[in-house]
Amino acid sequence: MISTAHRLVNLEDLHQAMRQGRDLLYPSEPKIMIGTATCGLAADAEEVLHAVREEVANSKLPYQVTETGCIGWCSQEPLLDICIPGRPRVTYGRMKPGRAREIVRAIPEVKREWALAMMPGDENTLNGAHVNYCVPHNGHMDGLTAYKDLPLFKRQLRIVLRNCGIINPDNLEEYIARGGYHALWHALRKHTPEEILNEVKRSGLRGRGGAGFPTGVKWQAVRDAQGEPKYVICNADEGDPGAYMDRGVLEGDPHSVLEGMTIGGYAMGAHEGIIYVREEYPLAVMRMKQAIRQAQDAGLLGQSIFDSGFSFEIRVVKGAGAFVCGEETALIRSIEGKVGEPQQRPPYPAQHGLWGKPTCINNVETWANIAVIVQRGGDWFSQIGTAKSKGTKVFSLVGNIENTALIEVPMGTTLAEIVYEIGGGVPNGRACKAVQTGGPSGGCIPADKFDLPVDYDSLNQAGSIMGSGGMIVMDDHTCMVDIAKYFLEFLEDESCGKCFTCRVGTQRLKEIVTRISQGEGKEEDLDLLQDLSWLVREGSLCGLGQTAPNPVLSTLRYFRSEYLAHIRDRRCPAHRCRELITFAIDPVLCNGCGACVQICSGKAILGEKKKPHIITQAQCTKCGACLEMCKFDAVLVH
Amino acid sequence: MPEMEAVKPLLAQFKDERANLIPILQEIQAAFSYLPEEALRRVARKLHVPVTDVYQVATFYRCFSLKPRGRHLVQVCLGTACHVRGGDLVLERTQTETGAGLSGTSPDLEFTVEPVRCLGCCGLAPVMRVDRDTFAHLDQAKVRGIVNRYHPRRKPATVDKIAASPEKVRS
Repeated sequence: MISTAHRLVNLEDLHQAMRQGRDLLYPSEPKIMIGTATCGLAADAEEVLHAVREEVANSKLPYQVTETGCIGWCSQEPLLDICIPGRPRVTYGRMKPGRAREIVRAIPEVKREWALAMMPGDENTLNGAHVNYCVPHNGHMDGLTAYKDLPLFKRQLRIVLRNCGIINPDNLEEYIARGGYHALWHALRKHTPEEILNEVKRSGLRGRGGAGFPTGVKWQAVRDAQGEPKYVICNADEGDPGAYMDRGVLEGDPHSVLEGMTIGGYAMGAHEGIIYVREEYPLAVMRMKQAIRQAQDAGLLGQSIFDSGFSFEIRVVKGAGAFVCGEETALIRSIEGKVGEPQQRPPYPAQHGLWGKPTCINNVETWANIAVIVQRGGDWFSQIGTAKSKGTKVFSLVGNIENTALIEVPMGTTLAEIVYEIGGGVPNGRACKAVQTGGPSGGCIPADKFDLPVDYDSLNQAGSIMGSGGMIVMDDHTCMVDIAKYFLEFLEDESCGKCFTCRVGTQRLKEIVTRISQGEGKEEDLDLLQDLSWLVREGSLCGLGQTAPNPVLSTLRYFRSEYLAHIRDRRCPAHRCRELITFAIDPVLCNGCGACVQICSGKAILGEKKKPHIITQAQCTKCGACLEMCKFDAVLVH
Repeated sequence: MPEMEAVKPLLAQFKDERANLIPILQEIQAAFSYLPEEALRRVARKLHVPVTDVYQVATFYRCFSLKPRGRHLVQVCLGTACHVRGGDLVLERTQTETGAGLSGTSPDLEFTVEPVRCLGCCGLAPVMRVDRDTFAHLDQAKVRGIVNRYHPRRKPATVDKIAASPEKVRS
């Protein structure tokens, strides 16, 4: 939907678009919003959307139905929100088409008994504005918890995710209505590039891709570098398994990335931007391309933006499925149409990047911070966070956790606060064992270290890294040897093969850990793992190889006893490593329902109907399907 | 080779620039579901690069296949969140149910099953994607129903894409 028919040239045009956007954001008629980011769609949001549209069409009532991005409440997808003028926004979770129809039919009444939470207004971190949806305490929603009081949202400060789940990502005006593109106007019309650069430096912003290099310093290097043209790249090759914050931003608030990049281009003297998106994110690719078209039509990209004389273009390049392309030099080679092998640094991309020209590469989350820094000032931004890690960080809180969610918290929030308060701890009454941060380059931090504040330096000291922000919570049924094996398989597969130490080192590491997981390990193997890890780290060119041993080293450091249990006792304490476990059926608990027989892939389960079944060990593939199926807890694992 | 006629219009969309190599291969892959050898030769001629360069790129990136793929592409997520919730078992079950086995493609060319490194739906783990549909909160029992839905000779069962009850974790 591109409703801007004309170019936005001056502040008055921007205000005009803002008013149009406000009418869409806060319409005078009831509005129904459905979260249709990839995770919502995976949970059938499309069917809910279809049902709601049909119901509204049938009723011939002037309700608005819009799509929105991900508000981050993943465990409750698909989400549906009702906004009735003068009343708080009400959220419903785990929506089904039938129930959605009932909710629509009930308007203007609100089905309170099904509601999850309500939002009496919204805060906007971009300009500090607050919009009240209703008069507070008017009794409309007594007893329903407000978002700001929910443990999941209470501690959050949403700078990067400011618009996700609030605006319709297909609509430029709604982005502008929330203060969007005002920072760009200010930058281009009121400030010199040097002033913008200094503001970014003052903010203390560090790269959110994982390494945490100061953004302002990088920008200065590109600005000072010899050579024309200069390029600005957005790294949206979010490859870390278990991390999806960039997808959240690209799908939920695409213009925030475009605005940040354009401001960056102005500050560094670049006129071309490229967004490199991984191909596994088709919806993000589509949304970004559409946002670029909208911005071009509105004159927010193209020649002489806001009549400032500054011109900037952005295009999308789709990745082709290679984890290593998240490394900046490999990413550049991929854009050039070559295989994504990392290159020696220096020279850094800031001097010798795309096509040999000065290039600035920042990650999606970094770019999404820029407009806020320009709008509110570097000093405001630098008040948030810790001494050396400023601002907020988005995390995907996943794995064995009650509230799986995409959250944004100030730097310095402790792991305990994130896992137990925001995440609600581990489900099913199990104990929390560890949290894995930083993807394959990171490590596992044990639960007794959860008082650790989350910032770049503390996580490094604990043997992990900030990484892009994936946080995978593991309960006591996760085997740490298995986790190390998992990451080594990943890295062996994704190593580009250029450096011998990485290519062969990850293979050998995997073989040793696999041996241990099968109960074939020796105690000397643990020293061998340490030595080999050192070699892989020291002998590899890029970040992938240099950090490849982290998952092994961190699990060895904190969970050595588990390795020893596999080696000495040939036992997997978590009952995960197949070679070390056996499945059996408890004859007392089994009532012979036959559900396990149906699902067994190895045809290993025998028994007559309504009589206790048995597992023939020779046929059992230990897939655990019988355990999943059994409703009577009759399947035992030793 | 008649099918090569279809490559011509695809190639014509692009300028003869090396940077277009990956986008061109992506178009061919999307149209044919694999990269036929003759198509690679034509791409090399168009871009004035050695065929070995094209081959190198085609074999480096995961989204390209040199062998024909099945009618449906099943991507089973093996991201960390899916792994700790039993994604590897879902993959194994999918390989059995589709008949694709470890070779990746079922003999009837209906399914190609591939592990994928994170679809970014970690909040709903374990997940898999069949063509453009993503399925969430999987367990081994649900896999059969999903495969049947896409299988031409099996009765499609109603599949509950999302479970309301908390998932049972493997012990």
